[in-house]
Order: sequence, then structure tokens, then C-alpha cells
Amino acid sequence: MARTEKKKNVVLVGFGWTGAILGMELANEGLEILALERGHDQATVPDFQYPNMIDELKYGVRLGMMQKPRNGTLTIRRDQNETALPYRSLGTFLPGIGVGGAGTHWNGLNWRPMQSEYHLRSYTEEKFGNIIPEDMTIQDYPMSYAELEPHFDRFEYVAGISGQAGNVNGKIVEGGNPFEAPRSRDYPMPPMHSTWDGKKFGDAAKAMGYHPFPSPGGIASKDYVNEYNMQMGPCNHCGFCERFGCYNYSKSSPQTAIIDALKRKKNFEYRTHADVLRVELAPDGKTATGVTYYDEKAQEEVFQPADIVILTAFSLHNVHLMLLSGIGKPYDPNTNEGVVGRNYSYQLTGGYTLFFKDENFNPFIGTGANGMCIDDFGMDNIDFAKEGFIGGAYWRSGQTNGQPIRSMGLPAGTPSWGAGWKKAIGEWYGHSMNIGAHGSLMSYRGNYLDLDPTYKDPRGRAMMRMTFNWQPNDLKMIQFMKSKMEPLVKSMNPDIAQDGFKKDGAMFDVRPYQTTHNTGGAVTGDDPKTSAINRYLQAWDQHNVFVMGASAFPQNTQYNPTGMVGGLAYWAAEHIRKDYLPNPRPLV
Amino acid sequence: MRDLPGLPSRRGFLKASAATAAIAGIAVPAKAEQKPEPVALTEYKPICLKPSEWAFVMAAVARLIPSEGEGPGAIETRVPVFIDMQLAGDYGRAADWYMEGPHDAAASPLRGWQTPLTPLEVYQQAIPVFDEWCKVTHGKIFAELDAATQDKALTSLQKDEMKIRPDLREFFTILLGNTKEGYFADPMYGGNHGMQAWTYIGFPGARGSYREWVLKHNVKYPLGPVSISGERA
Repeated sequence: MARTEKKKNVVLVGFGWTGAILGMELANEGLEILALERGHDQATVPDFQYPNMIDELKYGVRLGMMQKPRNGTLTIRRDQNETALPYRSLGTFLPGIGVGGAGTHWNGLNWRPMQSEYHLRSYTEEKFGNIIPEDMTIQDYPMSYAELEPHFDRFEYVAGISGQAGNVNGKIVEGGNPFEAPRSRDYPMPPMHSTWDGKKFGDAAKAMGYHPFPSPGGIASKDYVNEYNMQMGPCNHCGFCERFGCYNYSKSSPQTAIIDALKRKKNFEYRTHADVLRVELAPDGKTATGVTYYDEKAQEEVFQPADIVILTAFSLHNVHLMLLSGIGKPYDPNTNEGVVGRNYSYQLTGGYTLFFKDENFNPFIGTGANGMCIDDFGMDNIDFAKEGFIGGAYWRSGQTNGQPIRSMGLPAGTPSWGAGWKKAIGEWYGHSMNIGAHGSLMSYRGNYLDLDPTYKDPRGRAMMRMTFNWQPNDLKMIQFMKSKMEPLVKSMNPDIAQDGFKKDGAMFDVRPYQTTHNTGGAVTGDDPKTSAINRYLQAWDQHNVFVMGASAFPQNTQYNPTGMVGGLAYWAAEHIRKDYLPNPRPLV
Repeated sequence: MRDLPGLPSRRGFLKASAATAAIAGIAVPAKAEQKPEPVALTEYKPICLKPSEWAFVMAAVARLIPSEGEGPGAIETRVPVFIDMQLAGDYGRAADWYMEGPHDAAASPLRGWQTPLTPLEVYQQAIPVFDEWCKVTHGKIFAELDAATQDKALTSLQKDEMKIRPDLREFFTILLGNTKEGYFADPMYGGNHGMQAWTYIGFPGARGSYREWVLKHNVKYPLGPVSISGERA
């Protein structure tokens, strides 16, 4: 028997970055807001406190900040002929849990996509002709970079991003990224200093005629106060960013940037251990009436009525809830019809490890967004027709941690145990560096999300099923990056160099960590036949349902997704505030 | 920063490391604080491992990270205690993992943990299977073999020359993984005794404050490790 709670104007499903952003923007309109978070409450003090937080085993290896698969996971297969199996223990991607979500345990790398990425299909067709493979379902964003720019800027100033501008209103700035889309002003904080690995890479890149710049990130290079009077302190490079909460108020997170200010608003409320089971629709299916969630403390289902429902969970959970709630037509890859689950994408990375036996890198001195980057092989700079693939990558060198269980780089051929291994860890720890290529991933007819026919979650709901594999176009992209990186590596003259780039035919392996950049599945677009949400991130069929997050990306960008997620959230918030609230209706 | 009751003081750490940092580069006294020695491994009473399992783990980790040569081995760092404690806890019972069926233990390894068994159950069921194989192949159970034959047997296990049952396939992988975890994890988990593994490779543990060293490019960081509970080495 479900309990019914008092109606709210807005219910937010999930309380991470987008929940905090939408919560603040709409609370400022005077609305009654409720955020429902299925995980626990957590704050910098006491939950992320030093020294308990910087525990590699608990958080880095046993993944203490992540969602427990026992409480909810998904199934995975590489193609339609395979039987999907549950993702039983976490490996390749790590969805977060609890207040702050993945925004608490990210590395902090913050980007705006390159200019070609907002209209990738038409850009490709106009510039290179009819080269898009038939099964590649890339499409344009329905909004332009110029429309999004103020919202990227807003996110960067709320979150607190350090970096060096390369293009301010069309004027190229020495030392920044000359290939970035023009920004209206500089970053809120100057760039972080790089450790030795990034310096070496930057120097080598410059000598080859490339354009190195400091990595932009949500790591405070100085003291900072944002528009909500939330404060950050300068980072001390402790080397515990990704998989950890920041004890030092130095990493951008919903907690650090927004949540404590939001909690003070009387018209804002949040409830934890509240697992939203489905969005409830009116009998005619044209609006949502609220959500039903499972209250873990009371052990009962609760109906929460609301005027507006905003899905602000992790991308995969947003799509799962839409599939379970009948919001949008599920995608069918055989007919290429339907929209929910369509254009699921991921990220393809590769890189070199360079060993210098006489140099000291002190790998434990790091931040999640450390080092130097180049964008010379970014999408805007690649001739897709000539190279035979669509995509690009940014490169970065900058150590993020020296945690010895997870980050022990050893030369290929080193025994994995025994006397040889022990000798090698003594010889090589602290004497290697990495250069990574962080590449785009296109969307395809065969990579999608739907409901699993066999496996159920603990609430008895069908699990979501991911069908995903690497595709030839993207593997060609990453091999291209290898061919360009090899001469640069040679120019640095390491004692040993070894590469880690996937080759043609590589199969998706769920075991090693890759990225938590799961995108698509509820993409934004102009055509309801090929998008689940319109240009204001509003569901096509239920005008009072909005869907935030990387699930909106039509294909994955070559960058880390958070900057785009933040920009899209502020863009949607502005249109909800200015256009939707005065006259609730389909905005397109 | 306010220190909370029951939690180690961050200020205390900073004071301790500031004093050492002042003389960094000149001299680095690295002397472990006096702590009562824990019970000898031969006297240790395992929480969850049976005597035959304990004997196997003691013998196996001694080959995976041997004591000979430079740097501590798994025995001196008390890795077997770590493994026993981990297998007795949430990790050993797969408390965080999705373990409902149907299972397909024979699926491609690329598809992750698919056995119905927990890590503890994998140890419990694989050790007798491996011991039996050692007996048939080398004449004795693993713990009773000489070191060179043990190395050979572990290599066979790693290469799966004995074609172990699919539901036990991850045994060597988790045994080796858990051994390295015990070697490098904070000492509060029972291994890395005296932070010897951190000292050996030069990892400063939970110091967590390096702002002054970021631009000291290519200059070796001079301070030894601290642990989460405040030990220094």
C-alpha cells in the first residue's frame, strides 16, 4: 500500500550535479522543490574527512563511493546474438551513489566540446561529402554553441574551474588552447601548475609544432568564492581525486559548489534512501503526475505528486526510468524506430607509458585534472575523408595518483609475480609517465539500451540491458592517434615506451576501468523520430517531464562529459524558468 | 579545520610533516615508531580460513611476493592476515556484488565475474582442487612442495594448464590481486606491516599534502610514509 506525500511543484530524481543545478535555479523562482536521492547523504565534513578518505583499498579498490551492483545494476552484451549477463562487480564504468553522485568522485576534467561537435552530421556531410557509414546514427545537437556559451560559462563559474583560456571572443590567447570554441571570458581561476610529466610532454609537443596548454579542471588553483558564496581552497595535490571525495574543499562538486547553499532554502527539501521506481503518467499519457519511490527507511512505496518531474540521475538511470515509465517509444535496432535507448555511446581512450629510469616523477603528487594537453588532433583539425574515420581526441599527460595497488606502471614483459615482479616495482615505481589520447565515440544502430528479458533488480523491475561493442570507425580513430603519438614519444627518448591502444577487432571488456562517460539513450534533437527529448531537454510526449544529463548527447564528444552536462543543465533551467513556468506546454 | 572526536587530527599530521620537511634534502631520519609487535603468523588464529587453507595461503603468497632479494616479501608484510580479514568481510562474501542467477560461469572472461561463488567460496573450493592437482602432478600438496616446484605449480595455475572448473577460473587472478592489495594497502587492514612496502617503493602513504613539491620537477620527494592511523616509518 503506497503512502502519498504532499504535492510539490518540482520533483528531481537524483541529487548530483544536475539535481543541484536545477534545484537551485528553480528554488530561486520560489517553487517548492523536492530532490529524491536513492543513496545516502554525504558531505565534505564528516564523510570525506582526512585521513580516512585517502584510503586506496576502501575507495580505490573496493569502490566504497560507488553504487553497489547488489542494489541495482544492468546487463551487458556485445551484440544482439549474445545473451546479456549482469554487470555483477564494477569494472569498466563506476556509477556513483549518494548525494553529489558522480560529481563527488570524478577527476575534475572540465571541457566544452569543439565547434564541429554541435552539428556533427551536417558538418561532416557539408565538409567531406557522403562519408557517414549507414549504421552510424550521429546527429546534430538542436542548439548551437553560441546558444550554449553563456551556460557553459555559468557552470564553469559556479563549479570553480581552473584553466587558461585560448580563445576569448575570437581573440587567440597565448598559452591556452587555440582550437577551443570562443569563450566570453577567461576561466574563473588560473591554471594549475603541472608536475614533471606534463611539463616534459608539453615541451616535446611544442618542439613538434603542436599547441600545448594546461589541462582545464574543477580543481582550485587558488582560493575561490562562487555566486552562492560557496568557497574553495587551493588544492594540495594529494593524489586522491577520482573515486574519492575531496577533503580539502578543492575539487568542484555539488557539495562544494551548490548543495550547502541550496539546503538553506526553505522551499527546498531532499530525501535520501528514496529510490524512484517509475514516473507516474496521467491516464491520457500526456503529462506526468509525479513519481513513485521506495522509501527504504519506512520500507514502503510512496507516491510523490508533482507539477514537474525532472530526471537528474546518472545517464543510465535516466534512460532506465524512461523505459520503465513509458516515456518515449523504446528503440528497436531492427526497424531503427523508437527513441529511448537509441544512440547509447561511450568513450575510446588509448595511450603510451614512457619509462625514464633516471628521472623522478613522484607520481603520488597529482590531481585529477593535472598536466598539459594538446588539441591538435581534435575533431575540428581532422580531415575525416582523408583519414577514413569520423572523430578526434585530445591528448593529455599529467599524473592523477601514485596509489600503488592501482597505478603501478611496469615495463611489458615484467613477471606479474615472484622475485622479478618485486625487483621491478622497486626499480620502476616513480620512474614512468603516461600520455593519453581521450577519443570520441560515434553512435550506431547496434549500440543501444533496452530492458533485459531475464534479470530483475531488487525491486522486481526489469534491469536495463546494454548492447555495446567497439566499432571499426572508432578503432581506426584511436589507431590514428597512436600513429601520431609514436613520433612524439620517440622524440622524448625514454628508456622504454609501450603502447596501450585498442586494435581493429577489439571486443568490449567489462573488467578494466575505462571511463564512466556513458552517454546517449535519451538524446536531444529537433525530430521526435530520432530524439527522446527536444532542444529544451523536454520529453516530446509529456511536457512536464525534463531529462538532464549525458543521456542527452547524440554521440559522445571527444572530451570528458561534465562540462557539457553542466552547460545543458543551465540551458534547460533557463528555458524552464523563462518559457515553461509562465505557460506550461510543449516548448517545441 | 576543526578536528572531530574519534578521528585522527589533520593538524597533528601537518605538524609532524612540517618538522621533517624543514630538513628535507639534508637528512631523512626514517625510524619506525615503537609499536607492540603483533602475534607471529605461526600463532595467528585465522578468522575464516581453515588450517589447510591458511597453510596454502601462507605458502602461496610467499612465492607470489618472495622474501629473498631487495624489498620485503608477503610474509614479512603479513599479507596472509590481510587475505584472511578480507575474505572474512564484505569482500569475501561479495556483499556489494549482484549474485543472483542465472549464472554463466563459462562465459568469456571479458564479461567479468560470472561465477555463482563468492571470493571466499572460490578460495575454499579451489584450494583443495589445486592441492589435489599438485599431489597428482608433483607428488605433494602445494604447501609441502619446495619453492622451485611451487613456482612451477603457480605458473601452471596462472596459465590454467589444469583446466580448472569455470566457476573457479578467477582463483589465481584474485589470489594474486589480493596478495598485492595486502602488500600495498594501509596497514590497518592487516598487511603492509610497518609500511614496509610503501617505504620500499617510495610511496608516502596518507601524507596527502604536496603543494610545495609540485614544481620541484625531477627531484625525488624525501619524506617517508605515514599511515591513516598515524604511524610513521
